[in-house]
Amino acid sequence: MSTEIKTIFSTALAARFDRMVTLYPLRRSALIPMLLYAQDEIGYLSDAVVSEVAARVEITELDVRNVISYYSLLHTKPAGKYHVQVCTNISCMVRGGNELLDHCKKRLGIGNKETTPDKLFSLEEVECIGACSWAPAVQVNYDFHENLTPDAMDKVLADYRART
Amino acid sequence: MAYLVSHPDEVKLLSYRFGKGATDIEKYLELDGYASTRKAITLGPEGIIAEMKASNLRGRGGAGFPTGMKWSFVPKQSAKPKYVLVNGDESEPGTCKDRLIFEHDPHSVIEGVIIAGLAIGSKMGFIYLRGEYRYLLKIMEKAIDDAYAKGFLGKGIFGTDIDFDIVSHTGAGAYEVGEESALMESLEGKRGIPRIRPPFPAVVGLYGGPTVINNAETLATVPHIFRIGGAEYAKLGSERNGGTRLFCLSGNVAKPGVYELPMGYNLKKMIYEVGGGIPDGRSLKAVVPGGSSTPVLLASEIDIGMDFDQVGKAGSMLGSGGVVVLDDTVCMVEFALRTMKFYAHESCGWCIPCREGTDWLKKTLTRFHAGGGVAKDIDNIRYLAQNMLGRTFCPLGDAAAMPTIAFVDKFRQEFEDHLEGRPCPYAKHTEPALTHA
Repeated sequence: MSTEIKTIFSTALAARFDRMVTLYPLRRSALIPMLLYAQDEIGYLSDAVVSEVAARVEITELDVRNVISYYSLLHTKPAGKYHVQVCTNISCMVRGGNELLDHCKKRLGIGNKETTPDKLFSLEEVECIGACSWAPAVQVNYDFHENLTPDAMDKVLADYRART
Repeated sequence: MAYLVSHPDEVKLLSYRFGKGATDIEKYLELDGYASTRKAITLGPEGIIAEMKASNLRGRGGAGFPTGMKWSFVPKQSAKPKYVLVNGDESEPGTCKDRLIFEHDPHSVIEGVIIAGLAIGSKMGFIYLRGEYRYLLKIMEKAIDDAYAKGFLGKGIFGTDIDFDIVSHTGAGAYEVGEESALMESLEGKRGIPRIRPPFPAVVGLYGGPTVINNAETLATVPHIFRIGGAEYAKLGSERNGGTRLFCLSGNVAKPGVYELPMGYNLKKMIYEVGGGIPDGRSLKAVVPGGSSTPVLLASEIDIGMDFDQVGKAGSMLGSGGVVVLDDTVCMVEFALRTMKFYAHESCGWCIPCREGTDWLKKTLTRFHAGGGVAKDIDNIRYLAQNMLGRTFCPLGDAAAMPTIAFVDKFRQEFEDHLEGRPCPYAKHTEPALTHA
């Protein structure tokens, strides 16, 4: 049935989705990875994404939205090109995670869950990202940056800025 | 990239391939790769379970349930297909061990899944990684593809008539999904809401079929048990606590890192010798021994062996192996608040005591730490936490309540020091001061 869908995704991603729904005993099992990969490509979970994903896994759009609202990595609004996620959970907190978050706010001139006007950076305080022994840690999109200090953080941000 | 550390007291069994390029299947085969699965095939289901029981391996996710026994609960005959599910949704604050396994030794996880599948008569396994671990998912996907190409997965594995498939899967950010029944819900494409038990997953699990769910470290350990033998593995650890485990040392310690140490290794030694002690001339205040869900230990309570039974006797839990070390600059009220903020954020909202309890505790602790506390708040915090215990479908409610009770009981003086609008004596405020409602 997937061939009948007029896709909004790239050919490669659409092909991947065609295959994903066949891997599991139930099509719906592909839902969460599919949403995450769709978000990676489109930038956020737009109405069009929700509609196509619902058709692909054969559930209602309401069901899809219900699932999206549960998972913290899934966003229905665009974030910055580089989404800076600062961990302030216990292991990071005792090694300067809060100070690192404050530093990022100051440097980027935005608050938690906000995006810079040029849409380059967004900032989010996140829960444990599994970098406790290398704290404090930050994830920018999916890349880990660990054992950070405010100075090292400046360099990380400068590197991303230079990429554009 | 997660950094590797080393200490002479380590017993590098599970981590013996770390840093040796074993993500490459040829290298893995050179390092005894897939020999354990071949051995397990010759042993058959009963032989595998006997070996697992002899190993005294207990679940590394936190509960410490004997793995061999868990596998033996799966009924031999089943009308529905059986499944093996790897819990790689590593999210317990203080825990970063599965990351190293996926990064350095993905094939050991695959072997663990196949061996578990052989033991219970399953033909399909799923490896669920948390969404944040995207680079590890890519490593895992490649390892699975390589294993298919070698005939270790798919139809007629290793030239037998046994079929076995593995699918890797990503989550999208949810601590609760690390709970086994919520994990199954999530893999079925739903919100991660826990299921009531019984029936247990061993009988009615994924897609309604009997399912074995193990932590990634547990399954990665399995091939090493078959490499050296169950009885030998058991001998490495302490009584009823076989083998070694990955301990994640973090917090105010000179040499944080993930160390593989024998079960029963002394906690004080772990902090002062392996971890190099407390830096900057500070002194030790407290230790969270097994991830944020485990009750805090005082500096005077850490001369204990790190296994499930000994830490239990000391009033806490070995949990997921996340040892968080706190020096005398840490405000325990702020620490309790940060812990509770986490649980309030992660509570799925299904059970009222957890949903309301974590939220009220977060609000009370926020106000309290900001200087808006009154004396009766201290008992109220404890009372609220006490009333969450045992009243939820899954252990998240307990995980939030137990450490809170310990913080109040063991650091009551620090709570009292915050009363009457006095500023936090540790003066590292980042919380906005709330007006007392």
